[in-house]
Amino acid sequence: MHQLWLIPGLPLVGFFLLVLGHGRFTRSLARLIGVGSIAIAALITLWVALDFYSPGAAQTYQVELWPWLTAGELEVSFGLYLDGLSLSMLFVVTGVGSLIHWYASGYMWQDPDYQRFFAYMNLFVAAMLMLVLADNLVLLFLGWEGVGVCSFLLIGFWYQDPANGYAARKAFIVTRVGDTAFAIGLFLLYRELGTLDLPSIMVLAPEKFVVGANQPTLIATLLLAGAVGKSAQLPLHIWLPDAMAGPTPVSALIHAATMVTAGVYLIARTHGVFLQAPDVLLAVAFIGLFTLLISGFTALNQTDIKRVLAYSTMSQIGYMFFALGVGAWSESIFHLMTHALFKALLFMTAGSIILALHHEQDIRLMGGLRRQLPVPFWCFVIGSACLVALPPTSGFFSKEAILNASWQLPVYGPWFWAGGVLGAFITAIYSFRLLFLVFFGAEKVQPHEPKGWQFHPPLIILATLSLVAGWFVLPTGDVLPSSPAGHPPMWTIVVAIGLPLLGIGIAYQVYVRHKWQGLRLAHWQRLRQFWFQGFGFDGLYRRLFLTPFTSLAQVNRNDIIDGLPTLLIQLSRFLHRLFSQLQNGQLRAYIATLASAAIIILALAISTVGK
Amino acid sequence: MQLLGIIISLLGGGVLALMTGHRSPVASRWLSLASLLVASMFYTSLWLDSTHSLSTSLWTMHTDWPWIERFGIHLLLATDGLSLVLIGLTLVLGYVALLSAWHEINHRCGLFYLNFLFTLAGVVGVFSALDLFLFFVFWEVMLVPMFLIIAIWGHENRRFAATKFFIYTQASSLLMLAAMVGLVLLNQQQTGLWSFSWFTLTQTDTSGSMGMWLMLGFYVAFLVKLPGLPVHNWLPDAHTQAPTPGSILLAGILLKTGAYGLLRFVWPLFPDAALAFAPIAMGLGVLSVLYAAKLAFAQNDLKRLIAYTSISHMGFVSLGIFAWNHLSLQGTVMQMVGHGLSSAGLFAIAGLLQQRLHTRALDQMGGLWALMPKLATLSMVFALATLGLPGLANFIGEFMILLGVFQIEPWAASLAALAMILAPVYALVIMQKGFFGMAVGDKTKALDLNARELLMLGLLVVSLVLLGFWPNLIFTVTAAPVDSLMHLGKGG
Repeated sequence: MHQLWLIPGLPLVGFFLLVLGHGRFTRSLARLIGVGSIAIAALITLWVALDFYSPGAAQTYQVELWPWLTAGELEVSFGLYLDGLSLSMLFVVTGVGSLIHWYASGYMWQDPDYQRFFAYMNLFVAAMLMLVLADNLVLLFLGWEGVGVCSFLLIGFWYQDPANGYAARKAFIVTRVGDTAFAIGLFLLYRELGTLDLPSIMVLAPEKFVVGANQPTLIATLLLAGAVGKSAQLPLHIWLPDAMAGPTPVSALIHAATMVTAGVYLIARTHGVFLQAPDVLLAVAFIGLFTLLISGFTALNQTDIKRVLAYSTMSQIGYMFFALGVGAWSESIFHLMTHALFKALLFMTAGSIILALHHEQDIRLMGGLRRQLPVPFWCFVIGSACLVALPPTSGFFSKEAILNASWQLPVYGPWFWAGGVLGAFITAIYSFRLLFLVFFGAEKVQPHEPKGWQFHPPLIILATLSLVAGWFVLPTGDVLPSSPAGHPPMWTIVVAIGLPLLGIGIAYQVYVRHKWQGLRLAHWQRLRQFWFQGFGFDGLYRRLFLTPFTSLAQVNRNDIIDGLPTLLIQLSRFLHRLFSQLQNGQLRAYIATLASAAIIILALAISTVGK
Repeated sequence: MQLLGIIISLLGGGVLALMTGHRSPVASRWLSLASLLVASMFYTSLWLDSTHSLSTSLWTMHTDWPWIERFGIHLLLATDGLSLVLIGLTLVLGYVALLSAWHEINHRCGLFYLNFLFTLAGVVGVFSALDLFLFFVFWEVMLVPMFLIIAIWGHENRRFAATKFFIYTQASSLLMLAAMVGLVLLNQQQTGLWSFSWFTLTQTDTSGSMGMWLMLGFYVAFLVKLPGLPVHNWLPDAHTQAPTPGSILLAGILLKTGAYGLLRFVWPLFPDAALAFAPIAMGLGVLSVLYAAKLAFAQNDLKRLIAYTSISHMGFVSLGIFAWNHLSLQGTVMQMVGHGLSSAGLFAIAGLLQQRLHTRALDQMGGLWALMPKLATLSMVFALATLGLPGLANFIGEFMILLGVFQIEPWAASLAALAMILAPVYALVIMQKGFFGMAVGDKTKALDLNARELLMLGLLVVSLVLLGFWPNLIFTVTAAPVDSLMHLGKGG
């Protein structure tokens, strides 16, 4: 496991090479560095995993690379920590990451800024790996902010269009709101526990905190706010749909498979604190439930293929939060893994379609593509089947486990379960609406499918993995608390499988056979509009925060405090004019002043003497 | 003696530059560079000596020569780890400012470099004078040449800006002088001895209401210099109108003398008054942080925008110093260094853009990334440093200040932390309006960085990254001085 530092190290070296060699490397060399560094990191991950799984090996590994921050009592190391949870994340980040890099090397080939693209991508992977491997929360925060910046840079990659820049800044600033809460959470955690070292926190939190007391509740709330921002959950979810302005491989890597799941990782990583705050855990479950439902409804009538996928990502991360909240910790990470596979697959397939249609993303202009684009079609079918959780795809195993666990929860259990199943039903409708609109019906355009070793192989590998990943076993069992025991009644499983099938049936009737048109949202324009705009959060925030801030900034642009010195200047000018008028050079005025002053002084003198 | 070497080589270099400036501007440039190099050699030797004996002795005494015996005034120069770090920053930014002046300053070069090097010498003196009277002399030595730099080589509205700068700082330093004399008298009453020595005066009992008034005299002078709300108004004008090297010196170093004063004098000399006043000072700090961040967002003049970000960042310094614990003080030192480097970088970039585009207005820029990828990339690094990205020095400073302040005043820290949201709002506006989007107008002639400019900005970026990942380079040097200051500041 001593090679661990190479895993984030190699992508970082790749980044530096690509930046310093700016404009000097050929495209092939840039590709070699950009993709190669991640691929080797993936291979080293396998090597480390072999060590990890070998009999008798330690189940945790901590190494300090160098002391980072040493001031008084505070000691923060630049150190890595490997356990089952971080290893699972390593698989996702380096595995899915290298497949996406591979794909991106073809997707971006025509772009004039090929090298800059891979520099950002490598930096992103390095930061994401630091986030996952950090042995303390400050270093985790470094990775956390690092991925945020790379997300900003990559959303705004095509900087010529100001709309992309706007989307990039929106993503960065909205997540920064969460990050600020996260940082305050760290300050509070340090005050209460005197350390920010993750293994120590896991030991100290249960010892020092009383379950349900104020401190753990407040800390967990602040950490949750950070997680909510990064993972695009309510109420900080508004940035993710706009983030689709970035190139499609970016959406696959950052805004589906890895960065947006960092919030889930954070909560799982600090579960020791969250377990002391049951109220916050309940809030996690509610946030997940609301997000998965609201983004599901929003996805129902989007017209941009990437926006549908973006809302579905929010919805699926909602399931992960939901799982964390109901105590299905390992199941949440498992869903994180399967979702990374099938959502990366869906995004990359969408990317192939977008390229084939010359950067067309409007699904109303697509149709009948299944014959012209057979490989993307089958990949999309597999990805959608996973998303809808049809047995026996990986999505079925992970989602089923979450729903079962939610049923076990005392008091709210069946309600949570019902919400989750309703979400699955909606998921089925919107995913197959998308599938049917794009691949079935009349052929509207003539696609030019991008082919070659960079396009089909990564898709096929991911599709295969998505199908079989349900049988994988992640080594999170020793790290995370076990989920509630017991089995829900049989009928719940039948319903959980049946409802998505019903959803697919409805989508088929409406969008392929053009029946049941009464169900189409087009008949309820106001509702359609409301859902289309994502329940109006954007407008609300604009009115609540954006407009007041910008208008205040404009009104006080010249700094009202600067009026004080200006006032002083004007006062002295005024006095200057006043007194300079006395000095007018006219003899009669001087005599008159002198005389009247003399009279006044005399009068005063006499009156005081008289007393 | 190394310290004297630094000051003398800077002063001497200035005089030589003035003498050669008439005949050959080129020679005056190279002479300035040479004097900086000589000063750096002295500094390196000083650094090696001091860090070698770090564990045994806190202070390195340089001179203690009697000057005005009647009042116990000495030429007392001494350095501890804090001074050492700040003098190092001064020299590094001296190179950066010199490189930025290289082609920008074209008339009266000799006089310019005289003023430039005298400012540096004054700052080095400020960071090492431990006799209060001598400190005041150096305080003025750095002020007058800076005033001339703005007034002679500045931009369109330079007279107004220079006068405003001069009046603000001069009026406030008069307050400091009065407070200084008052303190010396107080000490004379208590001990019967005349002394301006910092080492003696820190022993003075300043617990009464007199102490509060004297403390306020120092505080106001340093707050003007820092600058903090509500006496910050000289800074946006001065920064905007100063030539690029002037802005770099102002933002990078001169503001730090205010912070240094708060650290070195206000707390150790007046521990009780400072403690009583701390809530107000921290409140003003929080206000500075947020108010200036909001103002920065609304600016269209790039240099004015950067100027307001400086006020915001110096608000953190105010906050950190008045929290007065080890974490926040170490963070303050790092914030001073980090801000010095990043704001110097931003001002250098504003200067480079003005040279190329003949404007500082952000709405006249746009789309520059395609034309100047190197400049754009480096601007991005400085913008990220300004918004406090982990991995760069500024993050360490802000994080530790907030962490330290939170242990004492959670609300102040939480409010100031809102700057984490506001900082990207203004920092990314620079990138969006300046470098993203489509190019406005004809800018095809705009050239990317040349080797000199790349060296200048590269020096700053490397320092920022180095300190972002190895902040202990500074913390190990400043740990003992910070502890001893804290000890003095807690006395009484």
